[in-house]
Amino acid sequence: MSSDTTLPGVTPVRATGSQIVRRGLALSPAIRDGLWLTLLLAVLSTVGGSVVPVVIQRTIDSGLGDGGTTSLSAIGPYLLGALVLVLLTAVVAYWMRVRLFVASERGLAELRVTAFRHVHDLSMLTQNAERRGALVSRVTSDVDQVSLFLQFTGITIVLSIGQMLVATIIMAFYSWQLTIVVWVCFLPLAVSLKFFAGRLSRAYDTVRRTVGEMLAVVAEPVVGASVVKAHAIEERTQQRVDDGIQRNLDANVRAQKLVAVTFASAGLAGGLANAGAIAAGVVIGVAGGLSMGTVIAFAFLVGLLVGPAQMATQVLTEAQNAIASWRRVIELLDTPADVVDPGPDGLALPDEVLGARFEGVGFAYPGGPEVLSDVDVVIEPRQRVAVVGETGSGKTTFAKLLTRLMDPTRGTVRLGDTDITQVAFDELRRHVLMVPQEGFLFDATLRENLRYGRRDASDEVLVAAVDDLGLADWFATLPRGLDTPVGQRGESLSAGERQLVALVRSALADPDFLVLDEATSAVDPQTELRATRALETLLEGRTSVTIAHRLTTAENADRVLVFDAGRLVEDGSHATLVDAGGVYARLHASWVAQASLGIAPVAD
Amino acid sequence: MRRGFGLLGRGIVEQKALFAISAVGSVLFGAMTVADAWVLGWATDHVIRPSFERGEVVQGALWTAVGLFLGVATLRALGVIARRLIGGIVYYRLVATYRRKVTRQYLALPMSWHHRHPTGQLLSNANADVEAAWAVFMPLPMAVGVVAMLAAALVAMVEADWVLTIVGLVVFPALFGINVFYQRWLSPRVAHAQALRGDVSAVAHESFDGALVVKSLGREAEETERFTRATHELRDANIAVGRIRSIFDPLLEALPNLGVLLVLVLGVGRVASGAAEPGDVVQVAYLFTVVAFPVRAIGWVLGELPRSVVGWDRVDNVLQATGSMAYGDGTVPGTGAVDLRLRGVAHRFDDAEHDVLQGVDLHVPRGSVTALVGATGSGKSTLTTLLSRLVDPRLGSVEVDGLDLRTLDHGALAGTVAVVPQGTFLFDDSVRENVTLGLDVPDEEVWEALRTVQADGFVARLADGLDTQLGERGTTLSGGQRQRLALARALVRRPRLLVMDDATSAVDPEVEQRILRALAERTSDGSGPTVLVVAYRKATISLADEVVLLDGGRVAERGTHEELLRRSSVYRDLVDAYDQAREASA
Repeated sequence: MSSDTTLPGVTPVRATGSQIVRRGLALSPAIRDGLWLTLLLAVLSTVGGSVVPVVIQRTIDSGLGDGGTTSLSAIGPYLLGALVLVLLTAVVAYWMRVRLFVASERGLAELRVTAFRHVHDLSMLTQNAERRGALVSRVTSDVDQVSLFLQFTGITIVLSIGQMLVATIIMAFYSWQLTIVVWVCFLPLAVSLKFFAGRLSRAYDTVRRTVGEMLAVVAEPVVGASVVKAHAIEERTQQRVDDGIQRNLDANVRAQKLVAVTFASAGLAGGLANAGAIAAGVVIGVAGGLSMGTVIAFAFLVGLLVGPAQMATQVLTEAQNAIASWRRVIELLDTPADVVDPGPDGLALPDEVLGARFEGVGFAYPGGPEVLSDVDVVIEPRQRVAVVGETGSGKTTFAKLLTRLMDPTRGTVRLGDTDITQVAFDELRRHVLMVPQEGFLFDATLRENLRYGRRDASDEVLVAAVDDLGLADWFATLPRGLDTPVGQRGESLSAGERQLVALVRSALADPDFLVLDEATSAVDPQTELRATRALETLLEGRTSVTIAHRLTTAENADRVLVFDAGRLVEDGSHATLVDAGGVYARLHASWVAQASLGIAPVAD
Repeated sequence: MRRGFGLLGRGIVEQKALFAISAVGSVLFGAMTVADAWVLGWATDHVIRPSFERGEVVQGALWTAVGLFLGVATLRALGVIARRLIGGIVYYRLVATYRRKVTRQYLALPMSWHHRHPTGQLLSNANADVEAAWAVFMPLPMAVGVVAMLAAALVAMVEADWVLTIVGLVVFPALFGINVFYQRWLSPRVAHAQALRGDVSAVAHESFDGALVVKSLGREAEETERFTRATHELRDANIAVGRIRSIFDPLLEALPNLGVLLVLVLGVGRVASGAAEPGDVVQVAYLFTVVAFPVRAIGWVLGELPRSVVGWDRVDNVLQATGSMAYGDGTVPGTGAVDLRLRGVAHRFDDAEHDVLQGVDLHVPRGSVTALVGATGSGKSTLTTLLSRLVDPRLGSVEVDGLDLRTLDHGALAGTVAVVPQGTFLFDDSVRENVTLGLDVPDEEVWEALRTVQADGFVARLADGLDTQLGERGTTLSGGQRQRLALARALVRRPRLLVMDDATSAVDPEVEQRILRALAERTSDGSGPTVLVVAYRKATISLADEVVLLDGGRVAERGTHEELLRRSSVYRDLVDAYDQAREASA
């Protein structure tokens, strides 16, 4: 399902439909190149159908109409010519379609990949978890919509216009008066088309909305089965599901009414045009202006107009949707990557364990107030730093600035002496690594997941890394070892085991500066113990900044940074800060109060 | 094929009145399409030719022809409306009806059945499969009309001229046959492309979800390569589909045109020999152009049929599933905390060879707080699922106040026992509705429950307070916030036994402590429920009156925390692991 709303952070594109199409084509050269030939072939491929009325006119006028005074030889050349044209048209139509399918699929595959790569360069991806689904739909269903548009709706429009054009030209060639009669008969339909198109597009909007709502409630008896059963709310749930289904049914029926009416009215207009053409044709013909064959040929030519007229409203609605999808993909591509890789021009970092320095650093999200202000701090090489503060205090922002997941809006972040924004990404990542709270794993084997840390590592290297972190006993419990499939998001492993894998992965990446977001969720004690020991080994000899959720972590750190309301308010060792009697001392006091309970409370 | 027709029969019977209307409408449409050609033929012989021959307009016949054209067009329009609108309603109603039936089954079938079927599969059974099963009903009315149209066309052609009829007898079956072949060839390839589309989406989802890992490990290039591979497979599959379409669509368009040319070739001879009128030739030629497109509908039906049968089989699988949790009609007399007893309980999962719980005897006294402790896989969670009868034990019984749970009425059971699991499910609804789940309680009680679980603060800060919409299109909450709402959901129903299965794992430990202490206080002053809590943290254990240690599916030890520490090395290892973890990092 494509998202209809705009995404915060994505630059909205204000452009008309045709500008969007032009811009979209420019982004996919595989589609644009040779498009004119494809379109020309499309118009030519309507000739085959249009040649039939001409042959009929010829056949009738060369004697058939007079009761059979014609012979095959008189119309032979026409029939033969028509035969050749019909066959030729089929070949042209085949050629045109293959060109279109190949070009549009190639172009859209390119567009999809470009958009995918671009999303990974947007800091929005790591900042705003809720919007990920919308980003996915921009590289999947939105591109699919465009592809359907180019291959079906778009080509229908071209073929329809081509057919109407060719038919009208033939008509006008025969008789301009009759052509006017025919078009006047179609006029009411053309006028009502705009009316219907607007309504139809609104009706389909409603259908799409109700589909979304229905899918959500239909999921309740499945995903929420245990809640429903445990609370005995089956009837209420069924009512919600039934209501959702009914609303979707009603919306579909409403849209169907409009489709049926537009379809029927095009047929009606065709009947009117037929009657009009024959009546007027006979009148004009008898007066000597037209041949009998021409009048009959008009009936066939009117038939060529009915098809396009029937499809018009639906095609227009679909085109609107497709252009909206195309617009969303273009918006995405037009959103500049805010954290820019200096690439090969970037500076290198010295090959030693580095510290970090914040110089007057502030950060604000676009259009928002500063969430972090005036941070000046120096982190020495090999120092072990704990960052403490409540949710929204700015501690996570601090960590993200250290790893260049975002760039400061004020001030400079330095690694060693180098401005972090001047360092090439490859170089930066060799030195600095962020280990997120949840050990996110990919749906692959353990081996492949570990290789995310070091892409060419052999099995021996992987196993050695596991051993080095003291996790050999845990590894031995995995029946399939490195071949163990971890499942979607690593769900075949426990939360604690996922953390272990993430630690080994980080050890393999071998950075000299680690930024850790400590896990808050409880895992079983044995795994917790393993993780703590593994982490201890990992941190040895490296600089580290840990967003601490447990005060034990703060206790054991060389230095504690305390954040409050976007500012660095305290900085010192655990002992000094406890004595200072500030924010940290208060956090610590609540911890001491509960120490008898045997837990390490959290400063979040 | 026979099963396909069986499916058609089932749908037609289900919506017989509406289907009949749409079929009649479609037959009308078919007949009028042929009539249109007949009117043109009639007009050729009775209006156009006489007028041209006489050099003056044959007025009466001309008006008749105009009337006939308009009349036929009007009737055909009515037929089209009946066919498309009523036919569409038939399809949408069938889909809605079966979606309801499938979801009713989901609500009726026991959890053991749910556990055996992956979530994704059940969702697609209720959505994509139901739609696929009835998809054939979209082109079906048209196909019915086309059959009538072909019959009428045959009559019209035979009446016009038998030689021209033979051309029709060649062209129409050929159109029909080619289209069936086309749909059959295309259909599996379209399904294949659809599956690949799912793969592309899965890669994008995963890669974006893991963005933090991708970015911090610098794996963007590899991820792009992975996405490119999936995208290219989809591209190639789509091109393969496109090539087939490119062959058949022009072929199906050319065929009737070739037919018209053949009619003209033969028609000239027939008219010259006096066997046919010029109007007959015009009529047959026109028939070819108007009938050609609708004839494809039969191909659509036959092409869609195999997919519909597959969809139907999946839907039917759910509908045929039997079994439901049988509830008694008993209630639990009195009010306040209840007493819980498990007697000789043994349980195993469907496909397992060993019991996860064996011979469990457990007594949780009225108004007490009991902590359930055990290593991963010791059977703790399984035990909690027995308490709200999400499953029944294989052996033994679970009793509250001496009453076997199986004798209780469903509502009475839900009103007595509340089990809060680790994973929470939030409905796409307001905060209030997510807490009350339709229970008629005043807002004060909702707030009170929220206060007890330390959720009043964040709920008050939400944009619309209790009216804030949650779920897919609403506000997203953190794991800890979700868990607290689930807990409030249980409390607001004033259960008499509260079971928490790691229900606060994502809540900050400090907040968790406040919640548990509030609960324990209410229980000890007699206003709260009996509490059974699966504990991971030592602090949780310290709030319990008694600790039960599960080991290998059996109750290994029970007693106070201190007693167990003294008596059981398993318990010591388990509970001290946090201390060891702290020491290790010290």
